[in-house]
Amino acid sequence: MSSRPELQAPPEIFYDDAEARKYTSSSRIIEIQSKLSERALELLALPDDGVPRLLLDIGCGSGLSGETLSENGHRWIGLDISQSMLNIALEREVEGDLMLSDMGQGLGFRPGVIDGAISISAVQWLCNADKSSHNPRLRLKAFFGSLYRCLARGARAVLQVYPENLAQRELILGFAMRAGFAGGVVVDYPHSSKSRKEYLVLTCGPPSLSTALPSGKGEDGETCSDDDSGDEDNQTVCISDRHRPRKKLKTTKKVKGREWVIKKKEQMRRKGNMVPPDTKYTARKRKARF
Amino acid sequence: MRLLTHNMLSCNIKGVTNGFPLRLEVEKFVEKEVDFSAEFLRNIFPKIEWKALVDAARSMGYAELPDEADSSMLDSDDFLKKFHHALLELHLEEGALICPETGRRFPVNKGIPNMLLHEDEV
Ligand SMILES: C[S@@+](CC[C@H](N)C(=O)[O-])C[C@H]1O[C@@H](n2cnc3c(N)ncnc32)[C@H](O)[C@@H]1O
Repeated sequence: MSSRPELQAPPEIFYDDAEARKYTSSSRIIEIQSKLSERALELLALPDDGVPRLLLDIGCGSGLSGETLSENGHRWIGLDISQSMLNIALEREVEGDLMLSDMGQGLGFRPGVIDGAISISAVQWLCNADKSSHNPRLRLKAFFGSLYRCLARGARAVLQVYPENLAQRELILGFAMRAGFAGGVVVDYPHSSKSRKEYLVLTCGPPSLSTALPSGKGEDGETCSDDDSGDEDNQTVCISDRHRPRKKLKTTKKVKGREWVIKKKEQMRRKGNMVPPDTKYTARKRKARF
Repeated sequence: MRLLTHNMLSCNIKGVTNGFPLRLEVEKFVEKEVDFSAEFLRNIFPKIEWKALVDAARSMGYAELPDEADSSMLDSDDFLKKFHHALLELHLEEGALICPETGRRFPVNKGIPNMLLHEDEV
């Protein structure tokens, strides 16, 4: 049987009482989901002013992702299609408000009232037709259209997704763009099959400075071929975004590696110049910023 | 479900043009204390439909909110406290939300509104 839950049963059936409990008692899942939520919140890039915001958690499940929002002081509304998952969230006394709702039917919020939205490991479910009445395209359209409307202008939505393949990713991104969002996909750890994670980072309203796509985390094999130390400073960019000019990517490729620097320093020494000694800091990678 | 959430919700049944505010049918409500944040209240105030909040709070027996409010009142601690209580500490626990246009009833159990639409409502 497939390892993808999405191919096994509709979400409200797959996440039954037993699965909801199993899901929420696994320390491994708890850790993964809270890391993903931390990162999503970081990518939301809310103003750094300490003001608690009103956020949505779409496909909130048992509240693992929402808890990260609470820990950071925000108020949230979580919606999910599985009553069993929401029951566990109640049991865990999460601080957000909960709703039983199907994102594929559109979100029923007033326009412009929400400060930001996250969704962790949920939106790919929309690509499946679980009922004869389901048309993934119509459901994606309803979801993104309603998400766009309820967000305040300039607000972001960060959706961590597990698309099954390239076509699914394009499908999801395509409907986000058609709804009017600016943005694209941020890929963290693109070269690791296990740690690789994709986030749709979407901004409501016309493209502006604030809609520039942040960088992904993790090594970019092309730029670090001469540096296999794998230390944490190797945070380089790998993004797939149609709206970003090619130039940006090229500049990172031109960065000279450690070998090249050491060779040049050696050449200078031979010429008799004063050159600082080679240490582990020589030509080290800097933290990526955004 | 807090009145904050109620204030943001709007019925999205196909064809409904004015799904706000959903009428509250209160069978049981509860009060839960929540950390006070004046910044949160100031930030959210412009997005609140005031009359809907006043009516919703009244349906839970809380009549302390003024009929009308403007942003100058956000300087008053007394006002902020009442606003905080109505918005965040009153929860609809059992009852229903009723669409103002179609009369469709969305049941609320254990504080969770069931907003799932029937196929012919999408
Ligand atoms: C892998 S869980 C993630 C839950 C939570 N975000 C977390 O990080 O732990 C995916 C969730 O998406 C929900 N989901 C799937 N399809 C949905 C839909 N159409 N509307 C709302 N929720 C949905 C499922 O019920 C499930 O709780």
